[in-house]
Amino acid sequence: MALEVEIEKRFGSFHLRAAFTCEKEFLGILGASGCGKSMTLKCIAGIEQPDRGRIVLDGRVLYDSDRKIHQPPQKRRVGYLFQHYALFPGMTARQNILCGLQGEKDRRKRETRGDEMLDLLQIREIASLRPGQLSGGQAQRVALGRILVNEPDLLMLDEPFSALDTHLRLKLQTELKKLLAGYGRGVLLVTHDRDEAYRMCDRIGVMEQGQMDPVKKTKELFADPETRAAAVLTGCKNLTAAVRTGEREVFIPEWKIHLTTGKPVRDGLKAIGIRAHSFDPDEPTNRFPVRILQETEEPFEWISEFRYGEQSPDSPAVWWRYARELRPAAPPEALGVSPENVLLLY
Amino acid sequence: MTDLFPLWNSLRIAAISCVIVFFAGIFAAYKVARMPRVLKGILDVILTLPMVLPPTVCGYFLLLVFGTRRPVGKFLAEMGVKLVMNWPGGVAAAVAVAFPLMYRTARGAFESFDEDLAWSAQTLGLSNTWIFWRVRMRACRQGILAGTVLAFARALGEYGATSMLIGYTPGRTATVSTTVYQLWRTNDESGAFFWVMVNLAISAAVLLTVNLLERRERKPKWRLK
Repeated sequence: MALEVEIEKRFGSFHLRAAFTCEKEFLGILGASGCGKSMTLKCIAGIEQPDRGRIVLDGRVLYDSDRKIHQPPQKRRVGYLFQHYALFPGMTARQNILCGLQGEKDRRKRETRGDEMLDLLQIREIASLRPGQLSGGQAQRVALGRILVNEPDLLMLDEPFSALDTHLRLKLQTELKKLLAGYGRGVLLVTHDRDEAYRMCDRIGVMEQGQMDPVKKTKELFADPETRAAAVLTGCKNLTAAVRTGEREVFIPEWKIHLTTGKPVRDGLKAIGIRAHSFDPDEPTNRFPVRILQETEEPFEWISEFRYGEQSPDSPAVWWRYARELRPAAPPEALGVSPENVLLLY
Repeated sequence: MTDLFPLWNSLRIAAISCVIVFFAGIFAAYKVARMPRVLKGILDVILTLPMVLPPTVCGYFLLLVFGTRRPVGKFLAEMGVKLVMNWPGGVAAAVAVAFPLMYRTARGAFESFDEDLAWSAQTLGLSNTWIFWRVRMRACRQGILAGTVLAFARALGEYGATSMLIGYTPGRTATVSTTVYQLWRTNDESGAFFWVMVNLAISAAVLLTVNLLERRERKPKWRLK
């Protein structure tokens, strides 16, 4: 077992509670800003102290409230990549990387290790530049090199791509994933970006207002988010309250329709979610008359906002997204949803 | 030949008090910057007061503390340290008046410091002392340099508290600023003018040094490979 976390921390009215384990894998914490995901990383790194709980990394107890153990960050061997990379000003890229090598006293060995890291990250040509002269992608590599040269037992990435231009993100995400795949330790990635989480992570835990849902496999989470927060964070646009009316049937008060569901409905159902891509004019099940209110054209997609025939006028319009080439000649009179695309939220 | 004692005296008072203020100001700024809000507000007022009070009022308070009949002054006198009417008293006066300048500029710099830098350094295994001097002080260098220069200039030009605490004794406690006043008062206009020019020259030199230091800082931006 690589990392075990079970912590609680209160500050003001905010209550953070997180419990999860992370093996040698990419584990994502997905949450909106201010939900406590960075605070969780800080507790693991030892920058913040939880009120109670336990943090164990590879059998080493980093924090244990019962045994009064709170190791300083210097002793934890946890790598922390900050959102804006936190490179030391006034030091070159190489000096920044060598900072991570305090333990190695032999000067020649230090230089060699530094050079190896520069080569691994392919940043030898920027070795003598200072932080202010680096591009976002270069700064990220230097910060990563400074961490990896230390060979930490766990790597934590705090919104690592949010400071970068959108067109660079995809490229750097793939590169980082490849680089760290050979690294063979646990990687904890904090993000609010569902695409990034989906691309990078093996498993994901959703966090909302300090509370972390149980960690799920990435594909399972997107296929069946189960909670309202997870549905929103995985990009589900249409959420509405729902009532169980049968084993595989729910009633939607706002839309005044009954929907057939793919999974059996349990007690305690709060709402359902339907992704904007899930509507289909040719789908025979859950098919109801609709009135298109507005259409928006995007480079590769269309967005239609519509209401169901009997839908109450004060409830929000429903979003339907589809690829340009699927655009029908005339606006459809009715839309269907296949039962497995009705997400049950508890 | 004019007696240059006031210049020497002013410079040693300014230099010694500047060193004291540098460390005391940084220490206070670092501690206060991380205190809870209420305590911070109270301490901030106390530590900044000497800046807004008239220097003579500062001098009055210094006499209350260091006067030879007061407990602290008495104790120091027994230890062989006489501040009142002696040049080391000038250091006390200059420290009191210049401290807030160093403290406030350093505190401003510390407060705008990006704490992520210190945290990332900690997770890299770097010691807190190393982080303080190599990362925090490095990042806050502009503010700290500015504070030091301001404090030095203020210490050099101190008049009010100094004249109350150590008076004006030629060859013993006279500083540049007290000499200017004394010579002017005794109608030695050319003497006063000479010391005014000395003061101007020192101040200009200080400012020039700061500008040069700052330019040197900015220059090696894009280095040719």
